[in-house]
Amino acid sequence: MPEPLLSIEGLTKTFHVAKSASGNTRLKALDGISLTVGRGETLGLVGESGCGKSTLARTLMMLETPDEGTVSFEGTNPFGLKGKELLAWRRRVQMVFQDPFASLNARMSAGDIIAEPWATHRSLYPTSRERDERVKELLQMVGLRASDARKSPQEFSGGQRQRIGIARALALKPDVIILDEPVSALDLSVQAQVLNLLNELQKELGVSYIFISHDLTVVRHVADRVAVMYLGRIIETGETEEVFDHPRHPYTAALMSASPKLDVTGAKRDRIVLQGELPSPLDPPSGCRFRTRCWKAQDICAEVAPEPQVVTAPDGRRHLAECHFPLDTIMGLTGAAAAAATANAL
Amino acid sequence: MKTAADPSTLRRTRGNAATESQAHDVVLQVSGLAVDIRTHRGTVRAVNSVGFEARAGETLALLGESGCGKSMTAKALAGIMDPVCDLADGQIVLNGTDLAALTPKERLKFAGPELGIVFQDALTALNPVYTVGTQLGEAFRIHRGLNAKQAKAEAIELMKRVGIPEPESRVNSYPHQFSGGMRQRILIAMAVALNPRLLIADEPTTALDVTVQAQIMQLLRKLREEGQMAVILITHDLAVVAEEADSVAVMYAGNVVESGPVAEVFADPRHPYTKGLLESVPVHLERGDQLKSIPGSPPELHDIPSGCVYQSRCPMVQDICRAERPALRPAGRRRTQSGAATAEADLEQATSAGTNDGGATDRPVRTAACHFSEEITNA
Repeated sequence: MPEPLLSIEGLTKTFHVAKSASGNTRLKALDGISLTVGRGETLGLVGESGCGKSTLARTLMMLETPDEGTVSFEGTNPFGLKGKELLAWRRRVQMVFQDPFASLNARMSAGDIIAEPWATHRSLYPTSRERDERVKELLQMVGLRASDARKSPQEFSGGQRQRIGIARALALKPDVIILDEPVSALDLSVQAQVLNLLNELQKELGVSYIFISHDLTVVRHVADRVAVMYLGRIIETGETEEVFDHPRHPYTAALMSASPKLDVTGAKRDRIVLQGELPSPLDPPSGCRFRTRCWKAQDICAEVAPEPQVVTAPDGRRHLAECHFPLDTIMGLTGAAAAAATANAL
Repeated sequence: MKTAADPSTLRRTRGNAATESQAHDVVLQVSGLAVDIRTHRGTVRAVNSVGFEARAGETLALLGESGCGKSMTAKALAGIMDPVCDLADGQIVLNGTDLAALTPKERLKFAGPELGIVFQDALTALNPVYTVGTQLGEAFRIHRGLNAKQAKAEAIELMKRVGIPEPESRVNSYPHQFSGGMRQRILIAMAVALNPRLLIADEPTTALDVTVQAQIMQLLRKLREEGQMAVILITHDLAVVAEEADSVAVMYAGNVVESGPVAEVFADPRHPYTKGLLESVPVHLERGDQLKSIPGSPPELHDIPSGCVYQSRCPMVQDICRAERPALRPAGRRRTQSGAATAEADLEQATSAGTNDGGATDRPVRTAACHFSEEITNA
């Protein structure tokens, strides 16, 4: 694994909200998140809505201040920076948003949108000639024409708009780009074009991606490593193939099972259909957070929160999972346990 | 759950003789459907000579990307088009009656109980100022003439049927007090309230998380089998089609470009667009491999070319494609040529639909609208 560019240890973020049913006013959106991102690597972040994916992204962008935990970017804690140093750091982490329609200002031209970050980071391209040249380069880099700089966002299709969003993120030559559901608003044929573009740009520029998505097929295609989140915690993480082929946490297995598969042979498969929905993060279950929906839960799961432990897959490779009763093999799961879980669901 | 006098009970009961003979009957036949939209740039045709059949106990998927006309088709079937849209042509034959020929009033009376529709966004589809019980009971008050108390009792039964916990207390809740998945269940309950023959589900799970999506799809399957309903599932998700549907109609720029049994269409697409879509899904690829994508984007509705609708993005385009629009014609392998493979697929489908009538003869035929349909090679 390449040397980590970004490493996070025990990150916790609590929001204060109006009273909830149990009188709890503290919402722990992130509860001890630890992860690393290597240079030129793609980390996939998956989980249901409300699990804390976006809070994590916002914290990494320094839009939120964590309560606890450390963030280390090439050995520096960005939250300790001030003034010029902070400005310089902000350049290095950029973001591409989900909605290509809401994330571009309709009153600006594509060229102005891409050039806007340089209004803050003036030293990058000091003269207007340099900036114009660079806008053209960036447009071509993302597969648009240099002449598109004059057009306004509404003259572009969804896929083209997302390309503009990517060009804007690239404008500051970042080291990490956080891609928050970058293709989920796009049609399938266009989605493939954008994924290919992201892949080419990564090879060319060596930029790292944090790829947030609910589409497991896409994550499997793009991510080197994957982290599965549930109610503010990373419950399983490891190399993508490893986690997808041998999920050890029941939630990961259920998530993969629930995700529809395009199998042209038409073979019917056993599926785990989880009961219920994500519990409110205001009143998370005691012990293991997944126990209320887990078919393997025992008494200990309600009492003791499982610690991340190294699990070994049948092929000898290891990754981390947080479970008292990690699944042995995926085969054991698709049999009796899966049938029981499905039968319970309705 | 229901009294024996209720005629709908018969239809919902599984396994009796009446139900068996109804399985695979054609419930809805659509032919030559055309919808125009009046815009400030002139009238455009959003749906053009669309035709398909929906069968009892089966799911037909309308598959296509945004703007292809799939939702417009659904709205035309349900008779709930926007005021700027006109039904320009076509027949919508539901249980032997052509809905397109009815007046709006007749249509409401006839199609109301026979056709249910589920929308994508449950929060906007439900009225925020009425309790879900009131909204669920509406169909019973209007079509069955029940009073408020009786309608509420029916609403509670419906909520039980779609798996909403504690229906007796939650019947008095408002839509915002439910989660996304529960709201979608309420919407489904409204659609199946009068045991319709046809259920149209327009992207019913797109706004939901995958675990909840799996629950909703399971519920739709259960209701389909209980009521022997024909289901039209509108979606852009190929994987959902592969898992949930028996047959599929692929739409592009307002036209059906290919249709047939899902297993056959996906294993051996006969239209370059279907093939392109299937290849755009990142499966069976090494990470980082180049995905095959379809270049360009669909044509604007006011700018649809006169020949084949797919010509601007098609890798196989020839002169004839620009000159002449291909009609939907029978396509794919002939049964006589590879009978074994097709028979297997038929058997598999019949089994998955819950019956095994082996009715290979009345299976939907495969069609494709491409001049070079037979020249497409699939690995």
